[in-house]
Amino acid sequence: MIEVKNLTKSYGNFVAVKGISFKAERGQILGFLGPNGAGKTTTMRIITGFMPASEGTVEIDGLDIFTNSLEARRRIGYLPESPPLYSDMRVESYLRFVAKLRGVRRMAVDGAVEHVLEVCGLTDMAHRICGQLSKGYRQRVGLAQALIHNPPVLVLDEPTIGLDPRQIHEIRELIRGLAGERTIVLSTHILPEVSQICDKVVIINEGRVVLEEQIKEMPAGTLLEEIFLHAIAREGHVEGASPEETLEEVGAGHSGA
Amino acid sequence: MRNTFTIAGKELQGYFTQPVAYVVLTVFLLLGGWFFFAMLRQFDEMVQLIQMMGQNDQLKDMNLNTRVIDPLLHDLSIVLVIVMPALTMRVFAEEKRTGTYELLLTAPIRTGEIVAGKFIAAASFTLIMVALAWIFPLILIIFGDPEVGVMFAGYVGLSLLALSFVAVGLFTSSLTQNQIVAAISSFGMLILLYVISWPAEAGGGIVSSVLTYLSLPEHFSTMTRGVIDTSDIVFFLSVIVLALFLTQRSVESARWR
Repeated sequence: MIEVKNLTKSYGNFVAVKGISFKAERGQILGFLGPNGAGKTTTMRIITGFMPASEGTVEIDGLDIFTNSLEARRRIGYLPESPPLYSDMRVESYLRFVAKLRGVRRMAVDGAVEHVLEVCGLTDMAHRICGQLSKGYRQRVGLAQALIHNPPVLVLDEPTIGLDPRQIHEIRELIRGLAGERTIVLSTHILPEVSQICDKVVIINEGRVVLEEQIKEMPAGTLLEEIFLHAIAREGHVEGASPEETLEEVGAGHSGA
Repeated sequence: MRNTFTIAGKELQGYFTQPVAYVVLTVFLLLGGWFFFAMLRQFDEMVQLIQMMGQNDQLKDMNLNTRVIDPLLHDLSIVLVIVMPALTMRVFAEEKRTGTYELLLTAPIRTGEIVAGKFIAAASFTLIMVALAWIFPLILIIFGDPEVGVMFAGYVGLSLLALSFVAVGLFTSSLTQNQIVAAISSFGMLILLYVISWPAEAGGGIVSSVLTYLSLPEHFSTMTRGVIDTSDIVFFLSVIVLALFLTQRSVESARWR
């Protein structure tokens, strides 16, 4: 559903993303994990068509995000790092606006807005002005606008950042409920998020993929945290460890100790 | 096309719910009113002076159009040079600052639709502003006997002038995140287009002709004197089209960097 091949992005001399490749199948929730500054947001932005890659391709449902941009974008719902709200609009008007921009048919706009308000728990907030919402609600509206056109692909950049524990739980439940037929890529640096919600994890560090693995195929009894810390510690070598080696080492460390 | 109007509608609503537009409107009409009052008083005094001195044949020269409306229109155009950059500075710059730019560029809409929509909204508001300034000719019509056709031509000129200011303002706004930079650049460009003919000599030569052609007030003056010449209309439309084209390129360039 989402196929990223050899993605590279450089800003002048600084290479933010170096040859990233990964795949997310239909219906999968893929966790994109990495320390701050690893290149997660840059990758998200390239996948959604906000900026072009310096090298490499991104295919959404077989459509290249760069050459077939308009069609590819129709299939994506995107929640950027900070929810793109217009602070002077009311929640309902804002969602209506996004619905129309994203191609929801005129007749269906009302229904779509109502549905998405319900799913994201925003029915009471429909007439509030976006600028007056608390962080938790802003995040929900951000999620709502990503969902409004019922896209087959969802890209969520740090969807639970800055939320309190209860809100985090709610958003995660929401995301889990959304999977089914949808393909979801969510980027985060919160490990429990990945182990609780995701089917697959891709760990990146300093612009490179250091691990790509299905969650259920991870060695039993290992904490994701160990794997994560181990994976990013190995970075810095020109030829980084292959993902299999990383898992083996962590597994060995466990049974050996 | 639908997307263009969706954006235009939302933008126009924004103008009416934010203070900036109202401040611009008030300043424009207030200063206009002041100039109108001043011109009219001067006119009145001159008429009385002439009558007092018994040189009634000079009354023929005292024409409401040339002595009140014409200078008023030119003063209004100067007010526009100052005030329009303030209106247009936030159009793109604000979106970049708040992150909603990402929403627009990742939605399945064309760049041209974004630019067109924003221009239509800004232009509509501007035309409403100019229309409200029609109160001055109205007062003259009620109490005096001016040539309505000439006044109408002058206001058509003012409208076209204002629209070209909008287009230039939109362009500078698209170049930066910083609204102040956008406003000052726009202001600078408009001043330049105003004084561009100063180095031109009366004599001629190709440089002089070119500079004179490029001067905004030149084309404006023909219209304030009551002549709607297609070459002047073409000039203003060219400025508008060029500025909007550059704006589209500037916004599109985000997809290529």
